[in-house]
Amino acid sequence: MELTGAEIFVRCLKEEGVEYIFGYPGGAVLHIYDALYRQDDVKHILVRHEQAATHAADGYARATGRPGVVIVTSGPGATNAVTGIATAYMDSIPMVVFTGQVNTNLIGNDAFQEVDNIGITRPCVKHNFLVKDVRDLATTIKKAFYVATTGRPGPVVVDIPKDISANRTEFDYPERISMRSYNPTVKGHPGQIRKAVDLMLTAKRPMVYTGGGVILGEASAALTRLVRQLNFPITNTLMGLGAYPATDRQFVGMLGMHGTYEANMAMHNCDVLIAIGARFDDRVTGNVAKFCPTAKIVHVDIDPASISKNVKVDVPIVGSVEPVLAAMTKLIEDGGRKPDQEALAEWWKQIDEWRSMDCLKYDRESEIVKPQFVLESLYQITEGKAFVTSDVGQHQMWAAQFYKFDEPRRWINSGGLGTMGFGFPAAMGVQFAHPDETVVCVTGEGSIQMCIQELSTCRQYGLPIKIVNLNNRYLGMVRQWQEFFYQGRYAMSYMESLPDFVKLAESYGHAGMRIDKPADVEPALREAMKIKDRVVFLDFITDQTENVYPMIPAGAGQNEMILV
Amino acid sequence: MRHIISILMENEAGALSRVAGLFSARGYNIESLTVAPTEDPSLSRMTLVTSGTDEIIEQIIKQLNKLIDVVRLMDMTEGEHIEREMLLVKLRAIGGAREELKRLSDIFRGRVIDVTDTSYTIELTGTGDKLDAFLQAVDRSLILEVVRSGVSGIARGEKALRL
Repeated sequence: MELTGAEIFVRCLKEEGVEYIFGYPGGAVLHIYDALYRQDDVKHILVRHEQAATHAADGYARATGRPGVVIVTSGPGATNAVTGIATAYMDSIPMVVFTGQVNTNLIGNDAFQEVDNIGITRPCVKHNFLVKDVRDLATTIKKAFYVATTGRPGPVVVDIPKDISANRTEFDYPERISMRSYNPTVKGHPGQIRKAVDLMLTAKRPMVYTGGGVILGEASAALTRLVRQLNFPITNTLMGLGAYPATDRQFVGMLGMHGTYEANMAMHNCDVLIAIGARFDDRVTGNVAKFCPTAKIVHVDIDPASISKNVKVDVPIVGSVEPVLAAMTKLIEDGGRKPDQEALAEWWKQIDEWRSMDCLKYDRESEIVKPQFVLESLYQITEGKAFVTSDVGQHQMWAAQFYKFDEPRRWINSGGLGTMGFGFPAAMGVQFAHPDETVVCVTGEGSIQMCIQELSTCRQYGLPIKIVNLNNRYLGMVRQWQEFFYQGRYAMSYMESLPDFVKLAESYGHAGMRIDKPADVEPALREAMKIKDRVVFLDFITDQTENVYPMIPAGAGQNEMILV
Repeated sequence: MRHIISILMENEAGALSRVAGLFSARGYNIESLTVAPTEDPSLSRMTLVTSGTDEIIEQIIKQLNKLIDVVRLMDMTEGEHIEREMLLVKLRAIGGAREELKRLSDIFRGRVIDVTDTSYTIELTGTGDKLDAFLQAVDRSLILEVVRSGVSGIARGEKALRL
């Protein structure tokens, strides 16, 4: 039987096991919306802005490991989605975004709501497709899911002209797909793995540095096993938090610009660095000329282009991290080999000394609500088990520093692109994926206003997200840099004319609380956790002068931190 | 250092812009770029001349390989190879200059492919250096128009870039 392109579209999603599609209708996708309306397999979630659709799908993907799926209309629908696509691209999140397009005969005519979706999204997708014949639609969708979810994952855009969704053809969904131009390497080279293990076992001052790749590659268990076997210190990047249990003794905290003193000092002084699924981002390395000056570097990554891009490495291993880590563990076990215990004991002594600096200390006696205290309380009250999304800025760093993630996929934030407005819609995606779990969006009064319209979506679907708004009436991170580097000229960083967030939440039918005393922080959080049928907007009035410490100023080395 | 990178890619709309976009987005330099379908119409072959440090060239090759449309590529500069470029040049050819230009063209093994009372169009093939040398040998004031094809390259011997 012949089906329309729109019917084929929904059948493909069903074949792919898509549970939710986040989107917003419009002219070019009306046939598709009609087909979605006439079925029950795929649930469509109506957001209030296309950016939120992409962030929600992204949050869903980060929380589950399954690809997030989005549909938006042509023109402004697609351009609004671009921020979310770029966010997913920078953090290698599997996502398939369907964009409507004008009829094929109108493409290039500056038609109503026409924009070159392929051209606009090209630099921020793993790949994109324009479907020019309905007979190619099913195969293209299959390819899109395949490319998005394999190798180093990433977003894929499929641009579907309106007439393609109306044209008819036989539906035949390919069971598997092979592409001659795309064969992601999975298995690491055994010789390189052996070389890496040899180097690791000779280390006197080893350091394990892991990133988002461990989470994307479902390698947390393999990583934990290897690191415990070796008794090496380990740090995670902002994207990698939760890959190794944060409450474990061997975990020295996050590294980088606002990482812990012990993590950055251990990086700077190590003699063998084992980098796994991390990409030597500038927020991690600081000045690359001063980066790990005495270390031989092993780097495991599935993307060959990530290896020796920013920092030259000594033992590169291209491959999926999970099998590589498992192979390392096996090599060490089978050989009955052990690292240099004496040197390691000495190294741990040094690290514990750095640790004793207590670099995350803050004023616990303050009369004003300290943001760090809010996050510590949140951690305790949720017993470290919440899914925490964040926006971008000071609150993001404090959340990363003070919420100890023991499991992967619980910490969800925009690390690469640093997209304000990400946290709240991402939390919606997480809540859809885990309806019975506690989902918290840690944000600030600046970020939350960038996608605050989603309070309406949350009302429609009864999402019980907890918004922890660290309201310091400033774009805090901008203010911090202005204080440090621009002699306190606070250009445009003061947030004037803020709404009454409590009333705002209530106007959507949600609950709102305003907390301005430290003593009220914990009771408010406890109260919020009891509300299960709507959003709780917790507006914490926090200390305006608080800064994120420690800090490696831009251009400095990892051993040149500013401490409190 | 200058590198000639040959790329086999899917002959699909937009494939060229993916390569061009990669170079502009990452700030790599393109000296020349030629592209045409191969004997297999589903494949295009592109020859790209670029320059950079070893690290940059390594990144360029990795990033190109990462493009989904790129099927295979080869850095010609790594081995023995032949490069050729074609030049079409229209010259003002009047009086004594006509004989002089014909002689010069012969010396460079060029061919006069179009003639009018006042002009010659000369076709010349060779390495980029040779074409440069020819253009330098001609009196500048006589040059009316220059078209260069950009470099094409192929490996020497039996080594071949194919599927």
